[in-house]
Amino acid sequence: MEDQNTQSRSSWPLWEIFIRSKQGLDHKHVGSLHAVDAAMAIENARDVYTRRMEGVSIWVVESKYVHASNPDEAASFYDPANDKVYRHPTFYQLPDELTHM
Amino acid sequence: MEQQTLIDYTLHLADNALVLGHRNSEWTGVGPILEQDIALSNIALDLIGQARNFYQYAARLSNGVGTGGVEVTEDTLAYLRDAWDYRNCLLVEQNNGDWAKTILRLFFFSTYQYYFYQRLQQSRDRELAAIAEKSYKEVTYHLRWSSEWVIRLGDGTEESRRRIKEALDQLWKFTGELFVPADYEKVLAEKGIAVDLAPLRSQWEERVGAVFQQAGLAKPATMWEQTGGKQGRHTEHLGYLLAEMQFLQRAYPGCEW
Repeated sequence: MEDQNTQSRSSWPLWEIFIRSKQGLDHKHVGSLHAVDAAMAIENARDVYTRRMEGVSIWVVESKYVHASNPDEAASFYDPANDKVYRHPTFYQLPDELTHM
Repeated sequence: MEQQTLIDYTLHLADNALVLGHRNSEWTGVGPILEQDIALSNIALDLIGQARNFYQYAARLSNGVGTGGVEVTEDTLAYLRDAWDYRNCLLVEQNNGDWAKTILRLFFFSTYQYYFYQRLQQSRDRELAAIAEKSYKEVTYHLRWSSEWVIRLGDGTEESRRRIKEALDQLWKFTGELFVPADYEKVLAEKGIAVDLAPLRSQWEERVGAVFQQAGLAKPATMWEQTGGKQGRHTEHLGYLLAEMQFLQRAYPGCEW
């Protein structure tokens, strides 16, 4: 409790910023910034990340809500996929009349 | 003579924007937090951009009536006029003080500009109307941004509340001038060129009142009006601002970099 108090007094929480550009369909992570709440985070994102017409939509997520995988576990997480080429859909024989795949 | 009135009015609009833009730019690099430093610098750039549009128009008008062979440009208007030639309102030239004072000054003036540009878009002078249209979008954001900050400070901590109240005490007396028309404003308002300031006042008071209510701030009852800026009679602060802003061009005339 005490920790939280000193934390909030000394620095504003960090927010992850996602911007959707005019051409893009998805919001892309562009960086992070400090703000006291979501409303200010959106305004700050507007001022920091859309100055050069980069975006038409902004999402903000407080960084503490983003949970990440552990880099130490990379070997067991990702390496096993290395030799499983059959997981790619390129092995299927597609009928000729099937388009848009 | 008639052109001169329009030049005076255009310079008044340009000076308002330049002086407030310069004041806000004084925070660049020393803002309380990086994100807010950028936010206020963006606003400063918006205002200086508005000033440039007005100065360019004033320069064209000035060269049109003849200036004795000396070409007037946006730069000569900004860098080579003295304080008594500047026609900005007293409010915008006041010192930055702390963050609260800077915010409140911007909030008061953005509220004014918001309703002002709304009306200037209907000006019979198409150049002024076009500049107003572009500026209106920018000012809409300035108003939103500064309103949120006034609410945060007024409704924040004991210290932030004390600071915004002190700022209010210092700045309130300069708000009346916004609505007291100078002669050039009266003449041009009759022709549908300048904005008629009379109806603006109640809109301004209503908006300021609404934000103050959210911020838990009380609007001072008396509206004592310190005026003179529109006629070139300024507070002591403008001279220092110009000395810093104009130094390079005064010391090294025509210098470019």
